[in-house]
Parts: sequence; C-alpha cells; structure tokens
Amino acid sequence: MTRDIVLRVIGKILIPYALVFALYVQFHGDYGPGGGFQAGVVVAAAVIFYGIIFGLAAARRAVPEPLVESLLALGVLLYAGVGVAGILLGGNYLDYFVLDHDPVHGQLRGIFWVEAGVGITVSGVMLKIFYLFAGRGRDLEEG
Amino acid sequence: MLSQHFPILLVALPLIAAPLIVLGRSGFLGWIASLAVTGAATLMAGALLAKTTAAGTISYAVGSWPPPWGIEYRVDAANALVALLVSAVALVAMPYARRSVSAEIGQDRQYLFYALLMLCLSGLLGMTLTGDAFNLFVFLEISSLSTYVLIALGRDRRALTAAYQYLILGTTGATLYVIGVGMLYLATGTLNLADMAARLPDVSDTRPGVAGLAFITAGIGLKFALFPLHAWLPGAYTYAPSVVSAFLAATATKVSAYVLMRLYFSVYGVDAVFRDMPLGPVLAVLSVAALFVASAAAIVQRDLKRLLAYSSVAQMGYITLGISLGSATGLAAAVAHLVNHGVTKGALFLLAGGIALRAGGTGLERVAGLGRTMPLTAFAFVVGGLSLIGIPGTAGFASKWALVSAAIGDGQWWVAAAVLLSSLLAVAYVWRFVECAYFRDPPQDAPAPGEAPADMTGPALALTAAVVAGGLLAAPVLEASARAAAALMGLAR
Repeated sequence: MTRDIVLRVIGKILIPYALVFALYVQFHGDYGPGGGFQAGVVVAAAVIFYGIIFGLAAARRAVPEPLVESLLALGVLLYAGVGVAGILLGGNYLDYFVLDHDPVHGQLRGIFWVEAGVGITVSGVMLKIFYLFAGRGRDLEEG
Repeated sequence: MLSQHFPILLVALPLIAAPLIVLGRSGFLGWIASLAVTGAATLMAGALLAKTTAAGTISYAVGSWPPPWGIEYRVDAANALVALLVSAVALVAMPYARRSVSAEIGQDRQYLFYALLMLCLSGLLGMTLTGDAFNLFVFLEISSLSTYVLIALGRDRRALTAAYQYLILGTTGATLYVIGVGMLYLATGTLNLADMAARLPDVSDTRPGVAGLAFITAGIGLKFALFPLHAWLPGAYTYAPSVVSAFLAATATKVSAYVLMRLYFSVYGVDAVFRDMPLGPVLAVLSVAALFVASAAAIVQRDLKRLLAYSSVAQMGYITLGISLGSATGLAAAVAHLVNHGVTKGALFLLAGGIALRAGGTGLERVAGLGRTMPLTAFAFVVGGLSLIGIPGTAGFASKWALVSAAIGDGQWWVAAAVLLSSLLAVAYVWRFVECAYFRDPPQDAPAPGEAPADMTGPALALTAAVVAGGLLAAPVLEASARAAAALMGLAR
C-alpha cells in the first residue's frame, strides 16, 4: 500500500487531526463521553493507520518500541502515583479531595491525572499488541 | 501514621513495583525490587494480623469515599492470615527465584517475569483484602492474567498449551463469578460485601439470590480446582517455571478458597448456604471424590511436579470438606489446612525446582537414587510428603486432626472415615517418591552428587522447617484459624 498516492496523502492529512481529536476525547472525558481509554485507543489507531500505509518499519521509527513499553508502564505509575499523592497529602489512597484546597477542584485534578495515566497506558498497550502481531514472522525472517 | 494505610499499601506496593520493573528493563533490578516489595508486604501483613487480633476489623475507605458507596478494604482475622500466607510465601520464594529464574527464563525476559510476579502478588492480595465484590473481580482478573503468562514462560513447550487451557477455564470461572456478582447486585443493590451481607437475608431465597450463589460457587470452584473442575491445574503446575509452581500452589488456589469462604459464611451466611440450599452435601460429595480420585491419579503419575499437582487437587478437597460441614469448627479446620497445606506444597514445589535444576528434570526416572545424590533435598521432600499424608509432627497432621475432630463433633462419621482412608492413598503417592529416591540406582547420566545451590536449597529447607514447626507447635496456627473462622462467620453483625 506504500505506493498508493491517495492513501498516503489522505493519511498524512488525517493522522494529525486524529491525534488532536484524541486529545479532545481525553480532556473532554471529565464533562462528557470520552476519557483516557477511548483517547488512548484513538492515539494508537492513528499510529496503526500510519503503520498500515507506510509500513511497520516506518511506524517503529516514528514511535520506537522501547518508548511504547515505557509508556505502558508510565501510565500505570501515573495512576498509582495519584493514589500515593493522596496519602502524602494526608488523605487515603486515591483520595482526590486533598489534592487541592477546594475538594471539588481536587476531584477534578485527581481524575485529570488518573485519566491521563489510563490514556498513556492504553495507547502503549494497543501499540505493543499491534507491533507484536504485525512483527510476527517478519521479525523472525529478519533474524 | 503510615500503618493505617497498610491495607491498601499491601496491594498498591507490588502494583507500583511492576511498572517500575518494566521501566528498569533489568532482571537483576527487578529481582531486587521484588525482594524489597515482598519483604515489606510480609511485614505489613504481619502487622495487620497482629492489629486485627488485638483490635478487630479494620476498614479502609479507598479515595475517602465512605462505604458502601466507595470501595472498602476490610481486614479481619481471616484475610489478614491469608495475606500473611501469600506475602510470606512470596518472600521465601524470592531468594530462590534469582538462580531458578536465570536457569529457566531467557535473560531478555527476566524483568518481565518479575513484573508479572509482582502483578500476580498484587492481584492475590487485592482479592484477599478487598471488601467489594466487583473490586474482587478486578483483582481476580489481574492475578489470573498474570498467572497465564507466568505459566506460559515455562521452559517446556507444553507450558503454552497448559497456559492456554488455564486461560480458557480461568476466564470461564471469572465470567461465572462476575455473573454471580451481577445477580447479587440485582438482588441487593450493593457491591460492598458487608452491606450485601446485611441485605441478603431478605432476598437470598429469591431467584437472583439463589442463581448468584450457584454462579459464584461454580466460578470460584473453577479457580481453586474444585473437583471435577480441576482439569487446568495439573498441566499448569507441571510446566510452569519452578518458582511460579511453588508460589501458585501455595497461594493462588488458597486465596480463591478464602473468597468462597468469605462469600459463603460472611455474605450469604450459614443458613442460606447450608440450610436453605443443599450446598453442604454437594460440596462434601465433590470433596470426597477429589480426595480419592485425585489421590489415585497422583499415584500413577510419572512426573514429580504432576504428582504434586494432583495431590494439590486432593488436598483442596480437605479444605472444601471443612467448608461443607458448615460449622465454626469445620471452617476453622479448613482455614488451618489452607495455611498448612499452602506452606507444605510451597516447600515441596521449591524442592522439586531444585531437583529439576540438578537432575535435569522432574520425571520420576530422574528422581531415582536422589537419596544418594541429593540427600538433604530428598529428606526434606519426604518430610513434606509426611505432611501431605498427615503424620503427627507435621503441619498436615494438625489441620487434618482438626478436620476429623470437627467432623466427629458434627456427627459426620463418614467424613472422618473418608479423611482417614484417603490419607492411605497419600501414603501411596508419597511412597512412590521414597521408592524412586531411596531404593533405585541413579540413572546412568545422573549428575555428580550434590545439592542444589544454597540460595535455592535454603528457602526450600526454611519452608520445610516451617512445616515441622507447624506440626510441633500447632497451637498458633490453630488459634489464628479459629479467630479467622469466627471473623468469617461474624461479618453481618
């Protein structure tokens, strides 16, 4: 598919918008449908789209595998870190009330970072799965 | 100050360690982190057990949302004991893991192994400590998913099929459990176990209440290999890496058995499960079948780890037999056997791992002449075997004796008879090892005499010593089990 000019041009135009849309889904999740999981999937889908059109090697250059593996661990850490922050600020684990002077603001702040963690991990896991499946057989041939 | 957060830190610490290990990308750092985490977890679980013994139930509101709206972690004498078993076995297995994992798992995958082990620990501790039915399902899935991968990391290619089989059956079990929880939520409108316990008496005879009990029994029964739902267990324990076999055999099925006890005795209550529903006889028949069929199957196995796995199915039968009595003494015996058998099987699988390393496998033909080539290991294995049989002076005797007295106290003579008769089958399968190890010549290509490295033999012998200590000084475990049984039966109050 790498020679298909229509796909290449449309892909290059659409992928940035998909990434921006993912950010919208991520941050609008506090107020409406959306959230970290969906946003993570959209981010991963954009990269997978890129990989399908320009080839696996190109996708791996753009988003290297070690980065993907770090991302999926970092997201969980961020989530758990919010929990620990609750304890350090004098509340219970995952206590958002103490994250700000105003408890309601604290809730908003807590869910913001937790959802960020979810988004990072989900995009990382999706990409890891894609790389593993897409690379199967191919990686073996290349040694 | 920090000690008030122990219930959640016990679960969160391994959960945080897992991604850190992935970021570290080093097997050695992963091992150090796991060692530190299991050490801290054991200390915290011990502190929790001491605190529940002194001051009763501890409730922890995650996110400071008061129960029953938020997720509650509820620690009492029962789950603190199970948490201590899980983290202590993990701690003992860690010094052992370094060499065993290096021998069995490729260098580039070791950090992932430790990350998964931490996730599995976190899942098991979460299942144990949570007071929320759905949160329990989440941790059940965390521990199960990590377990499937851990089993698949085994050296033997059959590990893949064993892991796949467990994946299918384990996922079925988890699904049945969550359907049961859905029924309970439908009937009571709550997911908090204590709240559910308060509301269930009014609705436990309605259709969702009864169906929920059936789904939960089948689902959790699959997870702890209740006969005849044990098909996944022998393969999984046989082909998993040695550390994983030991850790899982000592903890995974035990935690599921605890969950069943919690749901039967704390949530539904004795009356609903054993008087309104015929679960007592059903469990008793299945347990007795497990005692005899699985023990008989263990006798004919040709692989040491597989023999131990079938023995595990049989030994789980003693635990469910204790549950099926539906009495406080029966439950206390079941809890005691849960702890004692966990320690015994952990010790035996650790020893088997040492044998696998030195003798090049755990097939009974590799075990031949072990009494001469690895005398210490062989002797410790026999001691563990004696505990499986229930010889006085070992931990297995203490809890089996408690079970027999409980059965006689309830007038269930045939249960007592079944326990004693099935012990004879245990004699037979333990004798298979004795016969191979002491009365046969080592195979031609046997390695030079010598024990497994000290960092592997040491932890295995430490657990074996615990087996003997649990037999000679049985009172602490039996008293803790009695307190646990009282706590399990008293949640509704």
